[in-house]
Amino acid sequence: MNQETWAETVNRKIRARENAAHKPLFTFSLQYDPAKKGGGWWVPLLSIASALLLCAMFIWANGMNPFTVYAKMAKGAFGSSFGISETLVKAIPLLLCGLGVAVAYRISVWNIGAEGQLIAGAIAATAVTVYWPDLPGALYIPVMVAAGIAAGAVWGLLTALPRTYFGVNELITSLMLNYVALLLLDYFVFGPWRDPEGFNFPGTPIFSLDQQLMTFSGTRLHYGLIFALAAVVLFSLLYSKSRWGYEMKLLGANPLAAKYAGISVNRHILLVMLISGGLAGLAGMSEVSGVSHRLMYGISPGYGYTAIIVAWLAKLNPWWMIVTSLFVGGLIVGGYSVQTIGLPSSMSLMLQGAILICLIGGEMLGKYRLVRRGGSGK
Amino acid sequence: MNHVVKRFGDVVANDRVDFSVARGEIHALLGENGAGKSTVMSLLSGIYRADSGELFVHGERVRIRSPRDAMQLGIGMVHQNFRLVATLTALDNIILGEKKQPWRGASWKRKKAKEISELCEQYGLQFPIDAPVWQLSVGEQQRVEIVKTLYRGADIILLDEPTSVLTPSEAERLFMTLRELKQSGKTIVITTHKLKEVMAAADRISVMRKGRMIASLDRKDTNAKELAELMVGRALNDAGEVPAGQAGAAIMAVQEMTVLADHGYRALNGISFEVKEGEIIGVAGVAGNGQKELAEAIAGLRSWASGTMTCLGERMEGASIRRRIDKGISLIPEDRMKSGLAGSLGLVDNLMLKSYRGNERFRMGVLRNKDNERWAAQLIDRFDVRTPSLTVPVRGLSGGNQQKLLLAREIDQKPKLMVAVHPTQGLDVGATESVHQMLLDLRDSSAGVLLISEDLDEVMRLSDRILVLYGGNIVGELSKTEIDKDRIGRMMAGIGDSEEAAR
Repeated sequence: MNQETWAETVNRKIRARENAAHKPLFTFSLQYDPAKKGGGWWVPLLSIASALLLCAMFIWANGMNPFTVYAKMAKGAFGSSFGISETLVKAIPLLLCGLGVAVAYRISVWNIGAEGQLIAGAIAATAVTVYWPDLPGALYIPVMVAAGIAAGAVWGLLTALPRTYFGVNELITSLMLNYVALLLLDYFVFGPWRDPEGFNFPGTPIFSLDQQLMTFSGTRLHYGLIFALAAVVLFSLLYSKSRWGYEMKLLGANPLAAKYAGISVNRHILLVMLISGGLAGLAGMSEVSGVSHRLMYGISPGYGYTAIIVAWLAKLNPWWMIVTSLFVGGLIVGGYSVQTIGLPSSMSLMLQGAILICLIGGEMLGKYRLVRRGGSGK
Repeated sequence: MNHVVKRFGDVVANDRVDFSVARGEIHALLGENGAGKSTVMSLLSGIYRADSGELFVHGERVRIRSPRDAMQLGIGMVHQNFRLVATLTALDNIILGEKKQPWRGASWKRKKAKEISELCEQYGLQFPIDAPVWQLSVGEQQRVEIVKTLYRGADIILLDEPTSVLTPSEAERLFMTLRELKQSGKTIVITTHKLKEVMAAADRISVMRKGRMIASLDRKDTNAKELAELMVGRALNDAGEVPAGQAGAAIMAVQEMTVLADHGYRALNGISFEVKEGEIIGVAGVAGNGQKELAEAIAGLRSWASGTMTCLGERMEGASIRRRIDKGISLIPEDRMKSGLAGSLGLVDNLMLKSYRGNERFRMGVLRNKDNERWAAQLIDRFDVRTPSLTVPVRGLSGGNQQKLLLAREIDQKPKLMVAVHPTQGLDVGATESVHQMLLDLRDSSAGVLLISEDLDEVMRLSDRILVLYGGNIVGELSKTEIDKDRIGRMMAGIGDSEEAAR
């Protein structure tokens, strides 16, 4: 028989493993912590940092100095009053759409159709100018705002109704409706609404001054900014102070408890998709009326999708969304400015994608905690 | 285990605990919720590591740093919530962790199947080994877990709250199995807070209270009363008789209620009964005989197939959940964290769950934060909910405090009819006593209570009338004076009075 008792054998093995693992590299390990619910405020910051790092490698592989490129981008976006106003112009639709998707995400309704809802709003606002050319001047903006919000809301409803009545997954319908809206846009700008004097350019005639949102003196920055900021204030007030806000909070925390309290989940899904679509529709209206002053081909460079990043970077918090929409808006503007040093403007798309990936990864890793091996652990 | 200390943040879960188990005995670790029993188990099975102190197995000092270490030392753990993959078969679950065999061919699997069936045979643990785990009953799943530990060579088997998920008959069977394991030289440690089980099954008993080991006793030298006192730390006045309620006018009448279960079969088969004000109606029955569906159908969480419900002169069987709440129907749900409370929200938000539509919580549609906090603080005080603050997530409260919070909210609504499902499940003696008192006070304020519980002692003690459910039918109705445990037990098993007479 072995002279060692079995307990000694086991102890020896454990000690051997311990010693083998005593190199500094292995003194930390990740452990899943079921009590943790994602990471804290540091996750967005860390994911931005790691995305910059990741993309730096690509830039470097292209034979450029990442620092010069990033500095150039930052300067393009925030370094001049022109840059800042352009960044703000981009931030307006991002903020509106970001708020829209955040409302839905808070109760786990995965609306990724902000792009389509934005286009629907843009089309409806333009329809007002096309079909009612003789309205009294002061009426145009309010009517166009109403039309934009209504159209976006209807587009959201197209996703919400199948979801509530037949259980159709909203991810799929909202995504598919983006393409429907896009094709509808193409139909109008290439077809019936095309400017006869526009040299075949796929777009409507330029809006009259009454149909345009006012701009802040000397810049392209328009009064849509006020819509967006008002939406932030309204969102946060309703959320923290109203009955609806309480119901939303409860639905987000525990849908079963909400049902038990007599709250209709389906009614809330409908409502949330109306709000979500309405905000995106307003963004569409402010784009045609405030920026391009006409409906045209490619009216949105993917604001509806980019808004998803804006919403998650802010962890669905409306106030933080002001910051993140400016950041992402700056990224887009900065992307244009690197073209002068020979990089494509898709630089900013690459960065956006990298940020989203790092963000999702960071949220997941946030459910784990770092444990020191050896010693007592934490 | 010697002088073992484990802290979680500021909370000392185990304070210099000494604990020893002799080979080949069934040892019960007894204590209220939060006394530190599960922490001891987790330290032994390598899930947590002790902050200080020493562990010995068979006289050797050991360090258990992971479940794998524990397994190598022959310590196996059966968790309260089973660690099984629902879509895999029992067999696959058992051999899942096997690392030595990279290729799992048919013949290897047949060999393993044979090996495992022999193991099952040896200890009398029956379950279909080729069926996917989700098809197995809870008792069978537990047996899979036990065989899993045995298969991995466990000598010492730890079971955390093994009976909390079992029906009484399944629990009986589990204890038979444990005795058999003991016969073959295995050592068993169970944690529980049910005194009856301890007295029935354990050889030796260790009592914990507030993170400290209070006493270690032989079963022969003690009795249930002494254990209860040790556990709670104060002399219990004997449960005693509860004065009967003063039944008044009918609050709710149910006629020919038929309700379908999730899978489409009839869970309730045209039952009729009445609840009067000032009485507690107990519903007894073995789990799965329609109790869950009964509670849900009354609260409006489940639709009725047919039948009528009249509540204070109004037909309610098709009413929305919200209308029922407004009418004064309150439900204490079976699983408080699943549907009764929102775990990530604070106490104030959870207390508002039923009353947020009223003008007391909102002024002109605006949340009255200060008033609500004052109101919440006063409720928490009145119902003795212990919490560090009003804003901590309720997930972090102990089970007893969660339940008291839930009852505080429901009782504050002044319900006319309360449906309470397993209101004291998983609660310690002290919390159970307060919940019982709350139900009795509610009854005395002339509300009706429908008490649905698997704890027959609880039903018999509190109820003014008892309905026995079996197979979706009411098979018996007894008034307080007729209550007789044996008779109810027979009814619960589906042996009616008439059959009895015929025998």
